[in-house]
Amino acid sequence: MTITTEPQRATQPAKPPATRRRRSGVADRGANRLFRYLTTGSGVLILIALAAVAGFLLWQAWPAFTTGSDELATKVSFLQGEGSLLAYLGPLVFGTVLAAVLALAIATPLAIGIALFTSHYAPRRLAQVLGYVVDLLAAIPSVVYGLWGALVLAPLVQPIWGWVSDVLGWIPLFAGPAADPARVLLTVAVILAVMILPIITAVTREVFLQTPKLHEEAALALGATRWEMIRTAVLPFGRSGIVSAAMLGLGRALGETMAVVMILSPGLTYSFALLLAGKQQTIAANIALKYPEANELGMSTLMATGLALFVITMVVNMLSRWIVARRKDFSGAN
Amino acid sequence: MDRHVKLSRITRAGSAVAIGALALTLAACGSDDNSNGAAENTSSAAAGGGDLSGELNGAGSSAQGSAMDAWRSGFQSANNGVTVNYDPIGSGDGVKNFISGAVQYAGSDAYLSDDDIASAKTTCQGGDVVELPVYISPIAIVFNLKGIDSLNLDAATVAGIFNGKITKWNDPAIAKLNDGVSLPSTAITPVHRSDDSGTTQNFTEWIKANAADAWPYDPSKTFPVKGGQSAEKTSGIIQTVTAGQGTISYADASQVGTLGSAKIKVGDSFVAHSPEGAAAAVSKSKMVEGRAASDIAIDIDRTLTDASTYPLVLVSYDIACTTYTDANTAKLVKGLFSYIISSEGQQAAASAAGSAPISQDLFTKAEAAVNAIKTS
Repeated sequence: MTITTEPQRATQPAKPPATRRRRSGVADRGANRLFRYLTTGSGVLILIALAAVAGFLLWQAWPAFTTGSDELATKVSFLQGEGSLLAYLGPLVFGTVLAAVLALAIATPLAIGIALFTSHYAPRRLAQVLGYVVDLLAAIPSVVYGLWGALVLAPLVQPIWGWVSDVLGWIPLFAGPAADPARVLLTVAVILAVMILPIITAVTREVFLQTPKLHEEAALALGATRWEMIRTAVLPFGRSGIVSAAMLGLGRALGETMAVVMILSPGLTYSFALLLAGKQQTIAANIALKYPEANELGMSTLMATGLALFVITMVVNMLSRWIVARRKDFSGAN
Repeated sequence: MDRHVKLSRITRAGSAVAIGALALTLAACGSDDNSNGAAENTSSAAAGGGDLSGELNGAGSSAQGSAMDAWRSGFQSANNGVTVNYDPIGSGDGVKNFISGAVQYAGSDAYLSDDDIASAKTTCQGGDVVELPVYISPIAIVFNLKGIDSLNLDAATVAGIFNGKITKWNDPAIAKLNDGVSLPSTAITPVHRSDDSGTTQNFTEWIKANAADAWPYDPSKTFPVKGGQSAEKTSGIIQTVTAGQGTISYADASQVGTLGSAKIKVGDSFVAHSPEGAAAAVSKSKMVEGRAASDIAIDIDRTLTDASTYPLVLVSYDIACTTYTDANTAKLVKGLFSYIISSEGQQAAASAAGSAPISQDLFTKAEAAVNAIKTS
């Protein structure tokens, strides 16, 4: 939930808070006070919810931390042959980050392109329609994405992946032979990219629209072409917005579960081979796969991986906040 | 001035909305309780065919989950006053809850260990444990190979395929078993379950028992070979095998559909999967010795040589006590289990979950076990 509230904060110019506070101070009674309590309550509630989740994860995961790795390996069926908890967690973290970063690498340039088109190139009618369509992508449930990915996209891209591995197989990323069916990480990355496209596009579009008209007109008046104007006025202005939008997308890609479960043939290795089956797995998908048959200690192990995901997501979000705050001078706030 | 007026209007409207929301929440809480009460009333007050009433809770194996759904609804519609619950939380936890007394019956993909029986006897007030192998499901080896519907495979070849030792469909090991079939040189893509599953457990048990030399792994719910293609649940397996060429996997026989399926080597002949073969394999296997008469624990003999049996099979048990302190609970458990083993119940499971109805021989034993359930 915290994630969805961020873009507005990061991109919409906040009104100077000082005056607002003074006014509420003057007449802080009756409905005004009630409203203040309500908003304060909402703010506190989100913190409590976050703390409760963190506490729950830690409490549930605790037995896995305190149990010896030998005992853990004998009692948890999916830990057999993996060794310790850390040895199990490592490849999962690797796979999660790899899938999310790949998705980001595909989605970000595309999202910037769409956002620029809708904000600066398209006629207003078309831009509106396109905006709706992109937003609509966000309304599709991830199970549907998963089904579509497994039933339609995977067979569709299989020959393409085959060709890529034939031609570019000397790059370790594309080592062949490409798996058939294409239940591989690259397919997952494509689906994840489609899923995070709407949020990145929406945020960057808002940022681009807020470029001061004076800057744009000044650039054009100096004889810049439209591309030069975008390069010199729009993109520098929107840079921090793009970064925070990308980080929001990364947050969603990290936690995506169903689509990964349905498309990927999982495996626990530190492998960069994107076209081979059974090489990587993400934390969220692994929890969904393993928990129905997990015993108590197995559940704790899964919760420990969930805690790792929680920490990763938090770090990503804090990083994006930091980047945005660092570049405050350029952000839309002034 | 104008602004101020507007502001206060908004805040007033806001507080009205807030109060309205509060009232709504409260009302929602109230109506929630009401609807629950109403639901309970209707379920117990409705006119029923049977004379049983009350609530029964069970938990355990998810493998027999859909069969249990069929049994619950069948039993409940025959006895309108009865509510039967089943939580498919996995065999281990189901047994644990049964022993602790949290549920009155359990479902498990493995029969109880001696330790578990000792603990269960305390729960059962000194009575014995009833264990019935009620859910029998043959596991098919499915493959997708253009123009080929059926192949002969033995356990050693299957082990080699899933182990990555046999990589082409025209490998001499496969060709040797299939005279007259023109095998393509397509690469073999073995597909396994990515989630932990009783199907994997029974599949690896069968391989290990018949081809220990070619299969260095212990039977387990988690597929032991690392890497390769995999998919979630039976539906995912079938979809993945269908989507690829030269793929092979193992799945509930009821879900095979249009895919090719292998005949496995039993003794000297090759046997296709069938409900009858699966039921025969269970009834021809030996019962575990030293158990109470009501405890029908069966060691599935994976190395049967009788060509009428299909020993690649998953068996799931329903577990209860012979004695309950509460007379009504005893009646309910007895009624439910009688329905499950009856031909009507077994047919319901067969059409809902594609399981194999238990044999007449097994039914006779199970009936005696169910009749032993009584009040202490």
